[in-house]
Amino acid sequence: MTSERTAGRGPVLKIENLGVDFWVDGTWYPAATGMNYEVQPGEVLAIVGESGSGKSSSSMALLGLLPPNGRVNGRIEFKGRDISAVSASQLRKIRGEEIAVIFQEPMTALNPVYTIGAQIIEMLRTHKGMVPADARARTLELLELVEMPQPEVSIDKYPHQLSGGQRQRAMIAMAVSCEPALLIADEPTTALDVTVQAEILDLMRDLRHKVDSAIVLITHDMGVVADMADRIIVMKDGVIVEAGDVHTVFSSPSHEYTEKLLAAVPKLSVEIDAAEAEEARVSAEKPILTFEDVVIEYPKRGRIPAFRAVDGVSFEIRAGEVVALVGESGSGKTTIGRAAIGLLPVHSGTLEVNGTNIAGAKEKVLRDVRRDAGIVFQDPGSSLNPRLPIGESIGEPIMLAGKAKGAELQKRVETLLDEVELPRSYRNRYPHELSGGQRQRVGIARALALRPPLLIADEPTSALDVSVQARFLDLLQGLQEQLRFACLFITHDLAVVDVLAHRVLVMHKGVLVEQGVKDQVLRRPKDPYTQRLIAAVPVPDPVVQRERRELRAAGRQ
Amino acid sequence: MSDHDSRGSHESNPLDVVPMGGGIGGGMAHMEAAGAHEGVENAIELKEVEGLSQGRIILRRFLHHRGAMISLIILVALLLLAYSSIGFKVFGLQIPGWWKYQYTDITNNSNNLHPTLSLWPPRFGAHPFGQDEIGHDVFAETMRGVQQSFMIIVVIGVVSTAIGVVVGAVAGYFGGLIDALLMRLTDMFIIVPLIILAAVIGHYAAGAGPFVLAVLLGVLVWTSLARLVRGEVLTLRSREFVEAAKVAGASHRRIIFKHILPNAAGVIIVSMTLTMAAAILLEAALGYLGLGVQLPDISLGSLISTYESSFGTRPWLFWYTGTFILVIALTVNFIGDGLRDAFDPRQRRKLSRRAKQEASSSRPAALIETMNKAGQ
Repeated sequence: MTSERTAGRGPVLKIENLGVDFWVDGTWYPAATGMNYEVQPGEVLAIVGESGSGKSSSSMALLGLLPPNGRVNGRIEFKGRDISAVSASQLRKIRGEEIAVIFQEPMTALNPVYTIGAQIIEMLRTHKGMVPADARARTLELLELVEMPQPEVSIDKYPHQLSGGQRQRAMIAMAVSCEPALLIADEPTTALDVTVQAEILDLMRDLRHKVDSAIVLITHDMGVVADMADRIIVMKDGVIVEAGDVHTVFSSPSHEYTEKLLAAVPKLSVEIDAAEAEEARVSAEKPILTFEDVVIEYPKRGRIPAFRAVDGVSFEIRAGEVVALVGESGSGKTTIGRAAIGLLPVHSGTLEVNGTNIAGAKEKVLRDVRRDAGIVFQDPGSSLNPRLPIGESIGEPIMLAGKAKGAELQKRVETLLDEVELPRSYRNRYPHELSGGQRQRVGIARALALRPPLLIADEPTSALDVSVQARFLDLLQGLQEQLRFACLFITHDLAVVDVLAHRVLVMHKGVLVEQGVKDQVLRRPKDPYTQRLIAAVPVPDPVVQRERRELRAAGRQ
Repeated sequence: MSDHDSRGSHESNPLDVVPMGGGIGGGMAHMEAAGAHEGVENAIELKEVEGLSQGRIILRRFLHHRGAMISLIILVALLLLAYSSIGFKVFGLQIPGWWKYQYTDITNNSNNLHPTLSLWPPRFGAHPFGQDEIGHDVFAETMRGVQQSFMIIVVIGVVSTAIGVVVGAVAGYFGGLIDALLMRLTDMFIIVPLIILAAVIGHYAAGAGPFVLAVLLGVLVWTSLARLVRGEVLTLRSREFVEAAKVAGASHRRIIFKHILPNAAGVIIVSMTLTMAAAILLEAALGYLGLGVQLPDISLGSLISTYESSFGTRPWLFWYTGTFILVIALTVNFIGDGLRDAFDPRQRRKLSRRAKQEASSSRPAALIETMNKAGQ
């Protein structure tokens, strides 16, 4: 460990030789082994790693919150006391009172049938023994502390009446209600939009000084680490591969995995590179996808009025061009993607795919148009039929279009697998036998099976780890250069846009607020919303991140 | 399904030389070579992956379900006994069994009509389950009852499943007006007490034989399955692979039968076995009311009805029939339970107490070593 003890006070948490195992099909499988670290009071320790690296399970083990098939060994010292062997009731007392957790998904972590006020009051009454009136007053204070808008009103709201960011604030208020000595934040901002994420990170940073808790931050996002952490632990396959001061690790990583991890993070570079010639070359091509004043509404259901998800959007995508569509959740970007392939009806306006207007078109026309377009979905877990071998999933569009049969079809499936760099033997595998990145590549192979002139990619990388994501983007870029299809790439990740796109469209609340060449939109944004969006993206560099933070704070005052 | 036929015909690929178990490792080597480290998947995931098809996994889980396996063995043994003892008819041809009497035979009084079966000393005797007043051999009658009752529940299971699946899938997939109409129809079937409907049908179908009766009962008991399937289809319909199939140009029929229903197979099979277990009780109840299978043919239900009056004097006329109803209902229920556990991937085999006590000694040392090495 590189850190020295702060004078007078020992570490809040000291982990010695911690191991976590899971019982799977008759054997113990280690999820984490031989972990040693300590957390000082008021310090933020970030544990980073990709999915399956054991970062979450090792932290949940601290609280005794492992699933029934898990077990812990090693020594967990909390405030100088070994808590790895205490009874369940003592552990329960420590949980909440002295160690609190902020979960990833506030919607599922908060009980939907109680108001947030009631849930915080319950915490205070059980752990602090407060009378109801005092507890309510304290809850209001807490909500104010976490900058909840209108605390007197919000206290009586149910979780579903709050936005994602507000729910996370309520969650944090609950976590700090008993002034815990240690806060474990398990991917606290992963489910949030970037602008909201920036606010929550600011809040957590402020709180740390106000309540003097140590924070263990579990995350996969290097940008968040750069923004928050004092020290960092990098985990791979259940083992700590690197630990140290955040500046040291970011500037000179000592382990090759850390280097790889940092290199794989797509960066939103600040410099302008001169690639404007692209614009001129592409504009000569014919438009493949054209939106003209398109309005898309979700029809009214019962008492819920019709919802206009997309309002008067116009743009076009030309052959061989990658256009990124960015926006936060609820901005209507996915709606546009689905409408472009005829999965959602267009309310008014014209929507042309490869020269055919599909606004108000019949099912038969749509079926033909869909041969000109492929789509890659967001969730690799649900976009493939779990009962079909992937070879069959890939071959389905070809077979249904009547393009090939039998041996000919098999050959084309093999070519497609080669193209997405999967071994041919995978054709007989089922989706659950593949990793997320591989499934997503199968998704591309299926989308490109008919060699469509248009590919729609709906957040294909949002469920992938950074290193897998980097490889996926390389592959997509390579295929695009080779096959020259037009691509509408829907994403919320501006760094990905920077890697991939030629042009960028920015959506906000169903309206297209800005469109233009990538460099112009990302480097010299005109629209205030785009500016805000870009300012909020955390950069994986602690120094730059601090400058930006100060800039942001200055702008607010 | 042309794809299925040609599976496994591509072994010439050099990447395929690795056997299935090592296939993942081979794939990983390939990927490492490609420069990225998708091999970051940990050991747990690999353990789960092993290259088994979903069907194999389900079968393995079913075979590990002790209750279901015992039930399956008992049920099969019972059926073997029933069909081999008194024989059966195929296309009008009588296949003889090893038992000396038929259920229609009138035999002479022996042992004062009492059962001759005794467990210790083991003895079968002339009339193991006893005789009735007329001289029918109760063993032969019970065996015939098992045959008929089992035929009836299988037919009810198949018919009700077919109707329920189609109604549920169509309602769930198309939604809107079609859904509303089909579900109200289902409600109509549900609100009328089943036993009344069955009694009415039993009354009219009484002369037509047990097979027709079973088909008609099947037409009545599909309702719960239809609702289950509809619910399942509603969730599956919003999954992205259904949209992907739509984009690929699949027709509604193909989407329902190829993409949605196979994924609902668990619910369907489980519900079918549970319906069958309920059907044997329904058949028994109808038989008791005198509306089920009619004499001279016999089912377990009609046997109970026939001998109702002699409950006080010759209880063995009841015991054996009742026991067989119980055994069939229980075993079919247990098999259904086992299937449900096998199909639900969230069902993990529980941590055995012994394994829990085996503290840290059982940590696979080699695995930890490789992990540490990877971590260096």
